[in-house]
Amino acid sequence: MKTTSTSARRHARIMLWSAVIIVVGAVFLPLASYVYVDLVSANAAAAQDANPRANYWRAIREGNAGYTSASGPYTTNVLIQNGGQNWRQLRNGPVASYTPWILAIVVLLIGLFHLIKGPQKLEGPLSGKTVPRWSLGERVLHWYTAVLFIILSITGLSLLFGRAVLIPVLGPQGFGAWADFAMLLHNYLGPFFVVGVLLEILAWMRFNIPNATDWAWIKKGGGMLSGEHVSAGRSNGGEKIWFWIVATFGVAVCVTGLILDFPNFGQTRETMQLTSIIHAIAAIIWVAVSLGHIYLGLLGSEGALQGMARGRVSVEWAKQHHDLWYEEVKNTATAETGEPAAGGSEAKQAG
Amino acid sequence: MARMKFLCDAERCIECNSCVTACKNEHEVPWGVNRRRVVTLNDGVPGEKSISVACMHCTDAPCAAVCPVDCFYTTDDGIVLHDKDLCIGCGYCFYACPFGAPQYPQQSAFGVRGKMDKCTFCAGGPLADNSNKEYEKYGRNRIAEGKLPLCAEMCSTKALLAGDGDMIADIYRQRVLKRGGRPQTWGWESAYGASG
Repeated sequence: MKTTSTSARRHARIMLWSAVIIVVGAVFLPLASYVYVDLVSANAAAAQDANPRANYWRAIREGNAGYTSASGPYTTNVLIQNGGQNWRQLRNGPVASYTPWILAIVVLLIGLFHLIKGPQKLEGPLSGKTVPRWSLGERVLHWYTAVLFIILSITGLSLLFGRAVLIPVLGPQGFGAWADFAMLLHNYLGPFFVVGVLLEILAWMRFNIPNATDWAWIKKGGGMLSGEHVSAGRSNGGEKIWFWIVATFGVAVCVTGLILDFPNFGQTRETMQLTSIIHAIAAIIWVAVSLGHIYLGLLGSEGALQGMARGRVSVEWAKQHHDLWYEEVKNTATAETGEPAAGGSEAKQAG
Repeated sequence: MARMKFLCDAERCIECNSCVTACKNEHEVPWGVNRRRVVTLNDGVPGEKSISVACMHCTDAPCAAVCPVDCFYTTDDGIVLHDKDLCIGCGYCFYACPFGAPQYPQQSAFGVRGKMDKCTFCAGGPLADNSNKEYEKYGRNRIAEGKLPLCAEMCSTKALLAGDGDMIADIYRQRVLKRGGRPQTWGWESAYGASG
């Protein structure tokens, strides 16, 4: 009996608790979905941002464009552009502080070569016989481009380094006047220079295709240090390197220069920043290499200047520096006075 | 000594452009040159905001750092000015400036730039204060007359504030408090630390 009553009470208790769980569950479990939705949306709101103003200022800081009713060639709808500070640090930092060393090292190396090895002299007496090397058209093109190159180098270097180097010498007013004139010359002569460079590349590309002879020449440094004669065709390895520097760095300087020179085609500030950095670095490398070209043409190689000045070189110079080319052209060798086309005037000059 | 600053309250600016107009009129700025402009973000959608912007007269001004002829100088009031007699119109300050402040009058063909023109905080230039030459080159010198920049003086909602940095910061802080914002999230200390 006792057992029966105990099991009946336990049965009643289970029934009661089951009923409570069912009722509570039926009421609250459907509400759980509301709790879930609320939690998820609260997280989403927190992730989006607690402060909508912060998003707004962040958008400005990232350089996002807006709308402005103001108009003009230099009026932008961007509140903050970040590229300017990068450009400033590149230009005033590495470009302005490292590139002068490139020029200084090249000048130093040329000076050391001149003092220690000295210019390459022609060996043996001159026979008076010459071979044609540069036509009148080629010489005009060369000197046209060379004069513009020197003007553009001086004016360009003035604009990059003048503030540090020339203001202490000329004073702010004096340098301001020079910089005004220098920029004018640089901007107006630039396009004429580009024409000269492109014509030179077209005219002399055929002499400057690299071949195995050049590699042998370059490996021996052209014999400039050892003094031995290294075989070379019409252009030697060094001249071909100079040509390809012009055709790469030079073309880069020309293209970037034109972009900078004509700001009326809607170039963005980002374009101008990148372009001006490339222009400065490539131009200084070009100027540095040109110092070697100028040294060898004027002083470093006796007899070379005559080729670009008068169009003809002595057979001795041709044999010494361009033996393979001399073999090709030696049957055109004539006495200097005997140039058939302009014989009369040449004879008078020589006489 | 005061440290002059502009502050534009984006909660108040209604893009009426009267600051732009006041500036153009006061200084007789040529066509195509905008010393000040109003930029609206999210234009036409809920939450759009407008800000009037001009030269911010930076402490470490990028324009002055890249100028090839070193024509910029900072006055005792912290106003960045430049000498148009030295300026060559190279455009570098426009490349460097974060705010697009430097402007150039179109001088001739091929986009050749004239001498740079920008907001002077109504403080003229290096020439004699309030002389005709100064007015022709740089516009009115209101600072020398004891007045503040006209753009801020003309602002109809007092969104644009100009003056000593401490004073306009106090005005703005009071506004933020009244709006129920969070003053601790704004100001010199939270941006750069307590010292200084």
